[in-house]
Amino acid sequence: MSVLIYADSNNGSLTKNALEAASYGAQVAQAKGGNAVAVVVGTANNIEQLGNYGVTKVLHVSDTTLDKFDPQKIAHVMATAAKQEGSETIIFAHDYSGKSIAPRLSAKLDAGLVTGAIALPNGNIIKKAVFSGKAFAEVEVNTSTQIISVLPNSVDKVETGGTAEVVALALELPSTGIKVKETKKESTELSLTEADIVVSAGRGLKGPENWGMVEDLAKELGAATACSRPVADIGWRPHHEHVGQTGIAIRPNLYFAIGISGAIQHLAGVNGSKVIVVINTDAEAPFFKAADYGIVGDAFEVVPKLLAAIKELKA
Amino acid sequence: MKILVCISKAPDTTAKIAFTDGDTKFDENGVQFIVNPYDEWYALVRGLELKEANGGSVTVLSVGRVDTDPIIRKALAIGADDAVRIDADTNDALYVAKQIANYAKENGYELVLCGKETIDYNGSQVAGMVAELMEVPYVSLTSKLDVAGSTATIERDVEGGVELIEANLPIVISSSKGMAEARIPNMRGIMAARSKPLTVVAPIEASNATSVKNFSLPAAKTGCKYVDADNVQELVNLLHNEAKAI
Ligand SMILES: Cc1cc2nc3c(=O)[nH]c(=O)nc-3n(C[C@H](O)[C@H](O)[C@H](O)COP(=O)(O)OP(=O)(O)OC[C@H]3O[C@@H](n4cnc5c(N)ncnc54)[C@H](O)[C@@H]3O)c2cc1C
Ligand SMILES: Nc1ncnc2c1ncn2[C@@H]1O[C@H](COP(=O)(O)O)[C@@H](O)[C@H]1O
Repeated sequence: MSVLIYADSNNGSLTKNALEAASYGAQVAQAKGGNAVAVVVGTANNIEQLGNYGVTKVLHVSDTTLDKFDPQKIAHVMATAAKQEGSETIIFAHDYSGKSIAPRLSAKLDAGLVTGAIALPNGNIIKKAVFSGKAFAEVEVNTSTQIISVLPNSVDKVETGGTAEVVALALELPSTGIKVKETKKESTELSLTEADIVVSAGRGLKGPENWGMVEDLAKELGAATACSRPVADIGWRPHHEHVGQTGIAIRPNLYFAIGISGAIQHLAGVNGSKVIVVINTDAEAPFFKAADYGIVGDAFEVVPKLLAAIKELKA
Repeated sequence: MKILVCISKAPDTTAKIAFTDGDTKFDENGVQFIVNPYDEWYALVRGLELKEANGGSVTVLSVGRVDTDPIIRKALAIGADDAVRIDADTNDALYVAKQIANYAKENGYELVLCGKETIDYNGSQVAGMVAELMEVPYVSLTSKLDVAGSTATIERDVEGGVELIEANLPIVISSSKGMAEARIPNMRGIMAARSKPLTVVAPIEASNATSVKNFSLPAAKTGCKYVDADNVQELVNLLHNEAKAI
């Protein structure tokens, strides 16, 4: 019995989330005594590296029509591959691609789906975050086939040093009523959900002209930048930086909250972060209750000092 | 154009999260319920805007028991023409999706608008399942949507950018920020909502593919370690040596 993994790529490279999903799938396979088989579609380079995360076979559908993202076609590929490999467990990353494909596959195979898993399954029971990270649920899958999508940055990747055999998979793709015309990527920016470190700031910074120090700090740390909702709503920062319950949910290793009060809706999107640092003038700001490290102080004084100290450390 | 907006009942964003019955049920005691924000702010309002521009109708659909009616009335007050409630429990996404897909297909809806996820169980599942069951395209995390004739033009958020998509109707969309500006119901809307039709229909036969065994709360943080504002160097040392985060 094999575990099937969908490994997404971006501009020809496997994503970090794909490697995490592969490692998760390989660990599930090992627990069940089976093989981990990954599926890669479209143009993708260096896919043998999946072997290093425990995958033994990669099915590559090299059809370039799949370079344009079409979840309906990919769900068909996954259903075909699952049948061919006799897979009863199918793994995705809970990201932009997994959110589009996994539900389709679930309906296609009439198989139970658990999205946003944060731990390896315990038999048919999978733990996931619910209520925007304010609680966890253990969900049982009642169908023989189970589909799991893994929350990015929540399960450690295990490098096995193994190798994977790449096998071409040729199949007829269904025609669908959808066409990707263009993809506009701001490729210089680090994607928020994949970043290990995130530097985030709120209304305490007073205006968009003051974000220079936030960007400098982020740059020095190789971090992504984020913001609170009002900051995006007033237009100080782009909408895609808005984190929280109604923005993007993130789980970086390190989250800096600068001039953010720590409203419950903001915390909901960031409380999965491993280490939280809060910088706020108000010692009573609720964010300190969720923080690991805190500085009660003025961001305009603290952040430049912080930047200098980090530069010194890196030097 | 016949537009169907799927709305789900969700606890208010500030609700206290607690559980009862041996941590197997969400404690609804004192909890205020709202229309799931993505469904109300983006899916419903964009549906209404498209109707206002192109003609047609907007139906809101919710799968749930009678305690869902207040949030359905709110959606009617914001401007939906009529409402349907499929009278069933909602313990599993695939079960809910089967109910919605069946209703949408039988009644010939061309545009099915959902939210990007429910803020309670955070599935991001139902909309994609509905699309597969209807055998139509699905675009998740849509931030812009326009419809001309039978073609939808869509912008969708992807990692670090946007994707521009063209798709044929019928289609299922999951809506996220940017698609519309939230509307507040006015007095006239609230009065009108009372007399708009809310039809209750029986569910079709289906089983639950998943079930929640129990809930738990995250371990509380053990406490914040404070560093003096004049000693920022110390924070860097802690992050480097203790937290090993930089
Ligand atoms: C349904 C709903 C959904 C929501 N979803 C989200 C969401 O997804 N994300 C989100 O962020 N919010 C969300 N909100 C809004 C949320 O409730 C808060 O209003 C918001 O998070 C506050 O943003 P802020 O902390 O930047 O601003 P404020 O609350 O104004 O806080 C500014 C902070 O900066 C501090 N400060 C001031 N000057 C300085 C200085 N010089 N140096 C350091 N600190 C300083 C202040 O002490 C204060 O704590 C939502 C609200 C609702 C009702
Ligand atoms: N019980 C329900 N009734 C109607 N629509 C629902 C229901 N549950 C979920 N939906 C729709 O599906 C979207 C995604 O829900 P979920 O998959 O639970 O995150 C929601 O934003 C709603 O638009």
